[in-house]
Amino acid sequence: MIIATNVSKQFGKLKALNDVSVTCNKGECIALIGPNGSGKTTLIKSILGMVVPDNGFITFNGKNILHDWMYREFIGYMPQTGRYPENMTIGQVLDMMKDIRKQNKNRQLDEELVNAFGLDGLLSKRMRTLSGGTTQKVSAALAFLFNPDVLILDEPTAGLDPVASELLKEKIIKEKKKGKLVLITSHILSELDDLVTQIIYMQDGNLVFHKSIENLRKDTGENTLSKAIANVMMKK
Amino acid sequence: MKKIIKYVIADILRNKIVLAYTVFLLVISLSVFSIEDNTGKGLLSLLNIILIIVPLVAVIFSTIYIYNSAEFIELLVSQPLHRKRIWISLFAGLAGSLTLAFFVGAGIPVIICAPGATGFTMVGMGMLLSVIFVAIAMLAAVTTRDKAKGIGISILLWLYFSLIFDGLVVFILFQFQDYPLEKAMIVVSGLNPIDLGRILILLKMDISAMMGYTGAVFKDFFGTGIGFTIALLVMFCWMIVPTWLSLRKFNRKDL
Repeated sequence: MIIATNVSKQFGKLKALNDVSVTCNKGECIALIGPNGSGKTTLIKSILGMVVPDNGFITFNGKNILHDWMYREFIGYMPQTGRYPENMTIGQVLDMMKDIRKQNKNRQLDEELVNAFGLDGLLSKRMRTLSGGTTQKVSAALAFLFNPDVLILDEPTAGLDPVASELLKEKIIKEKKKGKLVLITSHILSELDDLVTQIIYMQDGNLVFHKSIENLRKDTGENTLSKAIANVMMKK
Repeated sequence: MKKIIKYVIADILRNKIVLAYTVFLLVISLSVFSIEDNTGKGLLSLLNIILIIVPLVAVIFSTIYIYNSAEFIELLVSQPLHRKRIWISLFAGLAGSLTLAFFVGAGIPVIICAPGATGFTMVGMGMLLSVIFVAIAMLAAVTTRDKAKGIGISILLWLYFSLIFDGLVVFILFQFQDYPLEKAMIVVSGLNPIDLGRILILLKMDISAMMGYTGAVFKDFFGTGIGFTIALLVMFCWMIVPTWLSLRKFNRKDL
């Protein structure tokens, strides 16, 4: 579904992505793992077209994304730190997004998370007054709102309370079962264990490996993801 | 596209600066016309105020607005929208609201108190200058990520167009006063939209006789239909070129 070919990106002297090639298919749940500054977010932003790669190209359903923008209709994106117009209320932000993405009428809105997080009771609160966790809830609700085929979640549970993060996890599993492609980055490996089917490990802008979780367990001889990754990191 | 313009305009109206700007222009223009009995004199006083204030407000307000909308732009870019449309909508929203503010604040009083060719030219030029300086501000805002730097660039550009440029022209004229530079001055005036606007308005006021030989040459050129059309085309270039440049930059910008 998403194929990145030899993608490179440089910010000044820093090489954020170095010749990265990945293939993501429908029905997979992929964890992007790597130390801070290893290029995970840059890769995600390149897929979304928010960062324009210096080299290489990315295709979505066989179409190059460089001059296309409609493909984003099929993506729900939850940023690491959601930034929203400060003087708009939650309700206005939700309405605006619905208004902007209205063109596809056959798609049902999925307001499950809006209700589960209790955002429908906070609709008149201004974005600037929200706590970090509530902002994350808004981001999560927006990512799932349009029932997209691809979910890209950048550290989804960072800043969420245990109840909310459990709700979000359940929701991710539910969507995965529907055959959607889910891309997650996270540093809390223990919570990825029962979610992911594939692991992409990145370091210093390089893609170190991309394998299924079974293969990773076999290769390292560890049962849990956190131990397996620790094993890989120690070897480096 | 219309939807984004709608949200931009709603947002601009909410922060009330544009409303304050409208009221300010309204107060100035009404007081100028009520002090002066002679509408020609009134227009002349208003001209100088407008040529300073309109570009200043347009350039600074737009730059700050673009920086403050960083979150909004980021949110929109990850949605199924063309980047070009997002940028053009921002431009349209800013230019539209500032032009409307100018029209209500200065345009309507001028049309009521001093109708005629001079008044209409002045209203037209004020609206064109509003749009041009929004375009320049957007170019300044897209070139740098640093807000302080971006606003600094905008202020310097405004200083350049409204003060420094004239100083340079006078300097060149004095240095080369032995040479006939009158025709060259027509070209030079095209390099500054504020000067171009001022010349076009002054020529309609029939006081160009006081501007000496250069004024006569200007009158010869800009006084004709072709000259006026060329001047308008140059003004439109001042609108389109910065917008196009900023659009190109925005299309490749990393957010």
